[in-house]
Amino acid sequence: MTVHDTKLSRRTLLKGSAGLVLGAYVARADKLFAQAAAKPSINIAPNTFLIIKPDNTVTVLCKGIEFGQGPFTGMATLVAEELDADWAQMRADHAPSNPQLYKNLAFGMQGTGGSTAIANSYIQMRQVGAAARQMLVAAAADAWQVPAGEITVDNGVIKHASGHEGRFGEFADKAMAMPVPADPKLKDPSQFRLIGKEGVVKRLDSADKTNGKAFYTLDINEPDMLTVVVARSPKFGGKVASFDATAAKAVAGVVDVKQVSNGVAVYAKGFWPAKMGRDALKITWDDSKAEKRGSAELLQQFRGLSKTAGKLVKAEGKFEESMAKGGRVIEVEYVFPYLAHAAMEPLNAYLKWDGDTAYARYGCQFPTPDHMAISKVLGLPIEKVKIDVLLAGGSFGRRAQQSTHQAIELAEVAKAIGPGKPVKLVWTREDDMRGGYYRPYCIHRMRGAVRDGKIEAWSDTIVSQSIMKGSFFESMMFKDGLDPTSYEGSNEIPYDVENFRCDMHQVDVGVPVLWWRSVGHTHTGYVVEAFVDELLEAAGKDPIEGRLALLSKKPRHAGALKAVAELADWKNYKVPAGRARGVAVVESFNTFVAQVVELSMTDDGPKVHKVWCAVDCGVAVNPDIIRAQMEGGIGFGLGHILYAEQTLDAGAPVSGNFDTYRSLRINEMPEIEVVIVKSTEKPSGVGEPGVPPLGPAVANALAKLGVGRPRQLPIVPGASA
Amino acid sequence: MAAFTLKINGQARQVDVDPNTPLLWAIRDGAGLTGTKYGCGVAQCGACTVYVDGQTVRSCSMPVSAIGTSEITTIEGLDSKEAKAVQAAWVALDVPQCGYCQSGQVMSATALLSVNPTPTDNDIDLAMNGNICRCATYVRIRAAIHGAAKSLEG
Ligand code: FES
Ligand code: FES
Repeated sequence: MTVHDTKLSRRTLLKGSAGLVLGAYVARADKLFAQAAAKPSINIAPNTFLIIKPDNTVTVLCKGIEFGQGPFTGMATLVAEELDADWAQMRADHAPSNPQLYKNLAFGMQGTGGSTAIANSYIQMRQVGAAARQMLVAAAADAWQVPAGEITVDNGVIKHASGHEGRFGEFADKAMAMPVPADPKLKDPSQFRLIGKEGVVKRLDSADKTNGKAFYTLDINEPDMLTVVVARSPKFGGKVASFDATAAKAVAGVVDVKQVSNGVAVYAKGFWPAKMGRDALKITWDDSKAEKRGSAELLQQFRGLSKTAGKLVKAEGKFEESMAKGGRVIEVEYVFPYLAHAAMEPLNAYLKWDGDTAYARYGCQFPTPDHMAISKVLGLPIEKVKIDVLLAGGSFGRRAQQSTHQAIELAEVAKAIGPGKPVKLVWTREDDMRGGYYRPYCIHRMRGAVRDGKIEAWSDTIVSQSIMKGSFFESMMFKDGLDPTSYEGSNEIPYDVENFRCDMHQVDVGVPVLWWRSVGHTHTGYVVEAFVDELLEAAGKDPIEGRLALLSKKPRHAGALKAVAELADWKNYKVPAGRARGVAVVESFNTFVAQVVELSMTDDGPKVHKVWCAVDCGVAVNPDIIRAQMEGGIGFGLGHILYAEQTLDAGAPVSGNFDTYRSLRINEMPEIEVVIVKSTEKPSGVGEPGVPPLGPAVANALAKLGVGRPRQLPIVPGASA
Repeated sequence: MAAFTLKINGQARQVDVDPNTPLLWAIRDGAGLTGTKYGCGVAQCGACTVYVDGQTVRSCSMPVSAIGTSEITTIEGLDSKEAKAVQAAWVALDVPQCGYCQSGQVMSATALLSVNPTPTDNDIDLAMNGNICRCATYVRIRAAIHGAAKSLEG
């Protein structure tokens, strides 16, 4: 088991090979992008990352998108630490699309994902801050005619013993024009005043997100702008056969109707006429190539396959021989539904195209591929296209589109109506929820044997669609023709089991799928942790003691587990009558999270009262944001395992809104306690890793309560709000 | 199309829209006030919460023609002492993540505290369960409402 094999998904991009893929991909594209790929050097030039104004504010341009996970605050913390700035002077904004300057060092292109924001910027953004500090000091030294070595910087104030004193604003112009030091010296962690400190750093975006001022794509309202909604095929893969726009064009406020490759676009003065116009369209769809299977048919097919051996992913020891020896033999099936991300702000994007240049503004999560897609559709050189990234109302993976489908649609609707007409493309909630790009439907068939209180054999047969197939990720991310994001976590379990096998059937379904907050770990974490718990129960072991005994080679899993056991007082706590507790620990994106859940059963299904959570994400940069992401991840995970599924009726997605795609609400949110495990390891991400352990911890608590581990999710099927 | 004069945040605003246009779109596209958000359009998520004559309303599900001379308050016009306490508590606890639901959350929380200055957890559940937060900031929303209630006591 190599380290490389355990960290797949978008995070694998960190490890080199995929960086090359994207480098190669980028290099194919165009001159500007080729430069980005050819220059592996890390940009730390302060004048590309910082705007220091005369009023002494320091705005950090964030390479990645802010959609709640906190990179604005995180990047500003890293810069401010080394700059010795006062936190009150820090601001943040998005960097524009420019892969040369702002690539994610984990991806080799500009983009956000895989919980990489802090991990890929930890050194880089500190170097930006340190370089800026050194340049400001040099500028002050020059102005004051004193040796730079005698100058101090503290809380945004530059000082010299001679009595000279100044702030960043007055030296910024001069400093930013100076040569950038090649290797600015970074602080020793013992000198940190902001990184890892409690209470000193507050989020930079809270006030605007509390008074309505935060600006999202939906809020763009330019003069002459047309709002566009697109009628898309109810079934995936359907095409427009013919359409009649007479009634649509008669709707007051509708300006035009055009066919695009994805459907029929209605252009109007404002959202409501656009939607009314779309409702009035008469479209005949050609479903000859559309996916027409329903959920029941998929279940039957997937279930059938799961009973046969798939393509081998990994084998150790002699699984079948061990199973043949008998003992307590357990075989269980787990079924996971399609899940929509249902970010609070549905997809949308703005584009202004004048024939020669294009300017897009939206919550763009993968600027580099989107930039190329827009250039291609509009036939413009890449440098004639500009993308400004805006705040987005959540993503959970939905805006990280390797297919660039939204960018293509955006450019197509602009092109179809012609230059000089700015468009705001808006997806309704129903468009968003029925629009595909779901967490893949999948089944895991688990088999194991316990003899003499020991887990002797373990196998996991996965049946799943691939997320990366057909995208630019496929060529180098695939292993032996299989998509590792389908099995990450299942192929490398942390527990010592001698006879192990993991195999997979990779199935094609005509439903577009995508990464969904924590990707493969959302289902592999569930099955591995529910199954180990079930086998330990069969072996007569305590869930925590039993796990710890099998984690001899996994100190960070064990550390998180011990921390949560202590936080939840696992040994001595008296569980109230009618309640039970369950535990799980999952590593995802190099972060280790253990959770203990306490729940009871009600008529409306499980009620989770409390979750204790321990997280080891290496050096903790912003402890309160880490806690917030654990809280959010727990709520997100809980809502979906309890209530959410997207089903298909003859290929058409059924749920269109929150009335049938039930979301967790405040009365269903448990109390949460989080402890951050002290660590000097490299910082790793927290946006996704809070999700995976929650589901299996609930399942294991339900087993303890005598309800049994839910084998088919969601736990409360057919839930409506 | 028809012209309506809406009283929003104490100001008269002309909007020229179809009478069936939901108040939400009259506020956003017509009056140009974008703090009020669209999340579902079917009275499920609360992102579009405004006050009509002081009562919380899902503006996505009320036609503009039904407003008449009623006073509309949006997040931009919130200035009661309860609102200030709520917003201060929200910032103190760094409640928002993506922030997109938070205008609606703040509107609902302010309305709660205006009628019930010392809400219990159960009161909070009842008043706030029409507001979905997909980022699940609920733990902090609850704590911030208690915090705001406390600050108002003082
Ligand atoms: S947009 Fe009105 S309740 Fe969701
Ligand atoms: S903060 Fe993102 S939906 Fe509530």
